[in-house]
Amino acid sequence: MKKEKTIKWTRKHLLGIEGLTAEEILLILDQAEEFKEVLERPIPKVPTLRGMTIVNLFCEASTRTRSSFELAAKRLSADTLSIVASSSSFVKGETLKDTARNIEAMKIDMIVMRHACAGAPHFLSGCVDASVINAGDGAHEHPTQALLDAFTIRKKIGKFKGLNVSIIGDISHSRVARSNIWALNKLGANVTVCGPKTLIPAQIEKMGVKVTYDIDEAIKGADVLNVLRIQLERQEKGLFPSIREYVKCFGITKDRLEKTAKKDIVVMHPGPINRGVELSQDVADGKYSVILDQVTNGVAVRMAVLFLLSQVIRASAGKDEKLEED
Amino acid sequence: MNLKEKSKTLDEAGIKRTLLRISHEIIEKNQGTDELVVIGIRNRGAYLAERIAENMKAIEGKDVPVGAIDITLYRDDLSEIAEQPVLQSTDIDFDINNKKIILVDDVLFTGRTVRCALDELVDFGRPANIQLAVLVDRGHREFPIRPDFVGKNIPTSKDESVEVRLKETDDKEEVVVLA
Repeated sequence: MKKEKTIKWTRKHLLGIEGLTAEEILLILDQAEEFKEVLERPIPKVPTLRGMTIVNLFCEASTRTRSSFELAAKRLSADTLSIVASSSSFVKGETLKDTARNIEAMKIDMIVMRHACAGAPHFLSGCVDASVINAGDGAHEHPTQALLDAFTIRKKIGKFKGLNVSIIGDISHSRVARSNIWALNKLGANVTVCGPKTLIPAQIEKMGVKVTYDIDEAIKGADVLNVLRIQLERQEKGLFPSIREYVKCFGITKDRLEKTAKKDIVVMHPGPINRGVELSQDVADGKYSVILDQVTNGVAVRMAVLFLLSQVIRASAGKDEKLEED
Repeated sequence: MNLKEKSKTLDEAGIKRTLLRISHEIIEKNQGTDELVVIGIRNRGAYLAERIAENMKAIEGKDVPVGAIDITLYRDDLSEIAEQPVLQSTDIDFDINNKKIILVDDVLFTGRTVRCALDELVDFGRPANIQLAVLVDRGHREFPIRPDFVGKNIPTSKDESVEVRLKETDDKEEVVVLA
């Protein structure tokens, strides 16, 4: 890959995909490509972020994202600290701002944050000096998931222009859907969303996607299916009649794929999977699935993000030192 | 800081002859090409490594594995450099354990780049030894590092700069001193 990479990364925070340019997204993907190679080395660790401290501040449950960020930081030799809301001072009523500023007083460089409220990382970035990375905020954005999805698509298919990607499931409550739509649109892919009417927000077309309520239509002609998790806890709110009906109307099964899908369709899922609900067993573990590749690629993509942000932190630290000398 | 070209030290034919001589020296010192691998430091060192490996094949008739290494992740000056280094690919798709590595770079100056490369290489395995080949040695070492094969020694002052320009990266072949 001998591409001229001329654009420069200048952002201190990664809060979402919406504000990024296509070039910035591609820069992250290109750098992630090199980190993927690092992960295949006999010693999959480099000294790049030595001396930097990264805090994982997770105010919502997570296995994949948190371990992925933690591993990415460790592979880059940064020190990491994990704070899980349920066992921290949040339960004593400390505000997010106070918690963050106290952590920052311990001299840290980046905060990776997941929060149930949309906009929490944006708020945080305004009250601390550290770089903030959004690891999922409410139903708003999950930028690194969209980046690793894009990376996985590019690795598998090699291009974005004209590619048809269908996102299936609960679009209303999905930050993964939103970040993916923004990313894929910027990269030139065509996005279709599909799910029960109650789980598709009104006017989503304005984000530049096609909408269908017919699963076979979403599968037909698609190069990629990104199947979202059905948040079973939502079912109590009565947004769809029953799990069984959901499976019948929208569940991705081998039969359905063999009947309507392109032969080389790629099936993705951000995890955790409800086996037998949105994905049948044989699809989740079958030949179309790249679900575990997504997880592997996630570490490389997050290393790229940490690396790029660290350069901005270091450049501004260098400037501060100069000012003091002058 | 805008530097002007002060002198041209090597032209296209000069570079070619120099690399051929280095290739012969490597083979002579190692008594053939057995167990040798050539690894160039990105950017220009990688192209020079390919040429040296080609020369060695032409001389000895045996393929020599060639790799390239990007040292960005091992740099000690990431906080000092103004321009943002972009990570490029490291391609070492062979085992380096017990191999004799010829590490290739275009210009040897402070020795810091070579230090990075050495640190990175030992994370790939335990080579029998590492030998350093450079097209230009311009002096001013800051680390105890010395080359085993030198194309040309060019005495410089510290604020001068030496540029190796290659077809692959610069559309021409020359070595110039800028001052």
